[in-house]
Amino acid sequence: MPNTFYILLIPLLPFAAFVMLGLFGRKFFKNTSGVIATVLLLTSFVLAVTTAYGYFFEYGKLDGVYQKLVPVQYHWLEFSKTLSIDMGVILDPISAMMLVVVTLVSLMVHLYSLGYMKGEERFPTYYAYLGLFTFSMLGLVLSSNIFQMYIFWELVGVSSFLLIGYYYEKPSAVAACKKAFIVTRFADLGFLIGILVLSYYSGTLDFKSMIATLTSPGSSELKTAITASFLGMSALSWGLILVFIGGAGKSAMFPLHIWLPDAMEGPTPVSALIHAATMVVAGVFLVARLFPIFAISDPQSLKIVSFVGAFSALFAAVIACTQTDIKRVLAYSTMSQIGYMMFALGVSQYGGENGVGYTASMFHLFTHAMFKALLFLGAGSVIHFVHSNEIKDMGSLRKYLPVTHLTFLIACLAIAGVPPFAGFFSKEEILLAASQHSPAVYYVALLTSGLTAFYMFRLYFSIFWNKEAHLHGDHAHHGEGGFTMMTPLVILAIGAAAAGFIPFGHFVSSDGKPLESEFHLAFSIAPVLLGLAGIGIATWLYMKPNNKPDNIAASLKGLYNAAYHKFYIDEIYLFVTKKIIFNLIGKPAAWFDKNIVNGLINAAGNGTTLLSEKIKGLQSGKVQQYGLYFLASVIGLALLFIYLWK
Amino acid sequence: MNLLLLLLVPLVTALAALAMPNKQAIRWTAFLGSAAQLVLAIALYFSYQSARLSGNTAAFIFEKKLDWFPSWNISLHFGVDGIAVAMIILTALVVIAGVLVSWNVEKMTKEFYFLLLLLSLGAYGFFISLDLFILFFFLEIAVIPKYLLIGVWGSGKKEYAANKLALMLMGGSALVLIGLLGMYYGGTGKTFDLLQIANIKIHIDTQMICFPLLFVGFGVFTALFPFHTWVPDGHSSAPTAGSMFLAGISMKLGGYGCLRVATFLMPDAAKQYAPYIIVLSSIAILYGAFATMMQKDLKYINAYSSVSHCGFVLLGIGMLTQTAITGAVMQMVSHGLMTALFFAVIGMVYERTHTREVNEMGGLLKVMPFISTMLFIVGLCSLGLPGLSGFVAEMTVFVGSWENADVFHRAATIAACMSIVVTAVYILRAVTKTAMGPLKETYASLPDAGWNEKLAAVILLAGILAIGLLPGWLNHLIQPGAETIIQKIPTIIR
Repeated sequence: MPNTFYILLIPLLPFAAFVMLGLFGRKFFKNTSGVIATVLLLTSFVLAVTTAYGYFFEYGKLDGVYQKLVPVQYHWLEFSKTLSIDMGVILDPISAMMLVVVTLVSLMVHLYSLGYMKGEERFPTYYAYLGLFTFSMLGLVLSSNIFQMYIFWELVGVSSFLLIGYYYEKPSAVAACKKAFIVTRFADLGFLIGILVLSYYSGTLDFKSMIATLTSPGSSELKTAITASFLGMSALSWGLILVFIGGAGKSAMFPLHIWLPDAMEGPTPVSALIHAATMVVAGVFLVARLFPIFAISDPQSLKIVSFVGAFSALFAAVIACTQTDIKRVLAYSTMSQIGYMMFALGVSQYGGENGVGYTASMFHLFTHAMFKALLFLGAGSVIHFVHSNEIKDMGSLRKYLPVTHLTFLIACLAIAGVPPFAGFFSKEEILLAASQHSPAVYYVALLTSGLTAFYMFRLYFSIFWNKEAHLHGDHAHHGEGGFTMMTPLVILAIGAAAAGFIPFGHFVSSDGKPLESEFHLAFSIAPVLLGLAGIGIATWLYMKPNNKPDNIAASLKGLYNAAYHKFYIDEIYLFVTKKIIFNLIGKPAAWFDKNIVNGLINAAGNGTTLLSEKIKGLQSGKVQQYGLYFLASVIGLALLFIYLWK
Repeated sequence: MNLLLLLLVPLVTALAALAMPNKQAIRWTAFLGSAAQLVLAIALYFSYQSARLSGNTAAFIFEKKLDWFPSWNISLHFGVDGIAVAMIILTALVVIAGVLVSWNVEKMTKEFYFLLLLLSLGAYGFFISLDLFILFFFLEIAVIPKYLLIGVWGSGKKEYAANKLALMLMGGSALVLIGLLGMYYGGTGKTFDLLQIANIKIHIDTQMICFPLLFVGFGVFTALFPFHTWVPDGHSSAPTAGSMFLAGISMKLGGYGCLRVATFLMPDAAKQYAPYIIVLSSIAILYGAFATMMQKDLKYINAYSSVSHCGFVLLGIGMLTQTAITGAVMQMVSHGLMTALFFAVIGMVYERTHTREVNEMGGLLKVMPFISTMLFIVGLCSLGLPGLSGFVAEMTVFVGSWENADVFHRAATIAACMSIVVTAVYILRAVTKTAMGPLKETYASLPDAGWNEKLAAVILLAGILAIGLLPGWLNHLIQPGAETIIQKIPTIIR
């Protein structure tokens, strides 16, 4: 059985780092904070690997099927007799896999940052935030209760906010962190209402029992959830789609993706950890967590997942071809790859061979974490060297940065899907799943994979080949980063090169039964050829300095401009928020309050004053006048008495 | 535990403060007195829980009844349930923090602390009263010092604000008084005793007249739309501790009254009027949030956001489910702590920068790391970040509201949920504009928080974290009280 103490330590060690460094870092651990955090995380990583190993090879299976184990549960908050938040740990194939992914990438980033962030004034704060993020992310993947997941979901959001805004004196960073938080908060609203809907109909917040209730065909809860409808859609679909909106926000799916490119304002290792490998795949993880409900009880909403995923994949890939900031290219590439994971889930079904999309999605999540983190860390080392994010400031850097160059190339080959690198295997499986269940999605995916190869090698050649970089003064002397920065690159490069050979289906499948993934040589020809074509075009255009790219851009003027400006989605948002929400709702509300509501209250006050002003003459102090009032009143009362009494 | 101690300690401290020879002695007297209140409140919590554990299931415990005006059936009748205990803990925390942040008040220090302590006396008396007349008496004790606090120690348009606040709250009190008298003569058999009234079924016609009077009367205190306009002006003119007491304690008197007096004693009318309450509170939640978005003054921002957040209290009450009412009380406690801390932090910023305009600040994190971090934390609490108290309270209200399955209740719940986005917008705007961005040169040498400010912030933060990290204790404290109230609500409208 799982050792619960070890499992709890996995998230709690980074949390300890957060508390310790957050409270005392600036005073006592000014220089040692990085090492402390890294050591704690190393322990966490070892425990995670032990746990995953134990789960996959020792106690996870019962009768050949991987079980969902819940070794710990703590009654945290009781809403009512049936609904409560029980903080727990769920161990199943995807959470065990995510434990390894999160701790591994986080460890690499911790290590890398020792060199990258050296000399920063808020070094301890940086590591404290990293600890908070790692804790929250681990809590998210281990959540056994949907509300618990929402809690950690918000916490990863806030750690992302803090880390994007790490350079808090930079207005662009402040704007970016605000944007990231608010856009994802908007999506979280969907998640929250989705939770309310799902919990209302399933009568529980616990993942295991929720899935059990909402997938057993005979259950009365499921029947009510399907028959209850609102605006022509069943309550179950509403719940699932609202939850998916939450996932789409976190995973930067169209049209909620606008925060991700701006999030690149954060330190580059942070982008590698949060905005490439872990937090942004939380949405995919969420859909995977609820996958049985989607696939068994409401396949219609899975269709939506697949379309959103496929569209985002293509959309982002087109934009990535035109961007000139290397981190933004990578950001759009991340969005595109997450699109792959999403639609892979979307085209999948539940159980056996039909569930290949599910396995493929998780496989891609796994390999993508390796090569995308590697790409970001490589980009970090480039940026560290040239002090710029812009492609125009780079070129021929292979001479100065040999390790970075080689590892970056491996990552590019992996993401382009060139065999035998990791991305090839996972992407192949995704395409296979798509071709079996949804041809339209398959062709979009195929096109996207060609584009992916193109823009990645455009980036690669522009950085490491092409013209001589114009290096100002002092860069050339400090070479590539030291040991701490190079080790993560090498480790991740090994992962990006070899992770594809893991028989992933044996461990992760939609129903927990091992899945034998077949290799279809004939099927692979088209995507690989497309990938190679993409690489070929990129080589032709970008390996040597020339004006072909500019000419092509000029001839595709309209499309190029639209893509360069990210299809003006940001402008549309800006219009909606500034013009509509601020000017048409916020301002009138504030005006109404200040003038109408407050005006009425003031009018009541002034009216009273005015009235008393008028009648104060009655209290004149003149006895004759009082006598007159007295007489008049007596007569008036007498008259009233006489006439009304009868 | 003897509840009279809760009245005695503030009274003795207030009088002792008057007798003290110098400012330093006054401050320390007030501080020690408020520390004693806090100890008392925590002791009350533990003795309450141990009494419950030992099997005492009476709705109100630690009862104490002394005859006061027998011919009118008015008695000094005290007792507490879990809801009252929760409010007492809140009051004690806010009082000690308020005393600490007022350490530098130089103008009429003696009177200032006297009034603060008097106000706390009124609040405790209000929360423990089981006699409506006495309850009203303490409500008034809690109102009058605020007029002076704003009028004398305030800033800006303080006369206007003090008048407005006092008049509106007095107006609310007048409605409450009429409602109470209506009940007294109209169906309770001429008693003011809350427990006796709770056992009587007041005639529905009396209920239909008295409920709105009481609910609106108390509602004025807790910023019921459209009677919330004293909130922004009152808060922004009040001295820091005044704002903290106002938002942390006074607004809670209203919520508590709505629940304990109006809803508990007149359940049938509560059921009838619930839809109106829901509509008004949903409006307050969203409208308050949107209005906050446009504010530029930190105090106005927190004041309008209080309108929005107190909307959750009234929404929870209007939803009439046990979970929602539990959530409403949790929100009272959470909002009290959070908004007190928010005002404390705003006060600290203002004392240093001499402005509260967000556009004139920036980058304060660099020179005031402690204050800015507190601003961040309290902002995150306000926007409902898990781990801090706001989250559990709001979520309990949401889940409780969702238990009502019809379209009307659902729409209101969704409208309330939408505020989490708007709140994020205005909080992040305020916080980032203040603490982040480039630092202005004029602020480059400002000092960070002093010991008294740090202690005040840490005390309030401890409360926020105690609820946010482990909400179970508060939830269990409140739930039975909410159940007592909800049991009397008819399931169908007659």
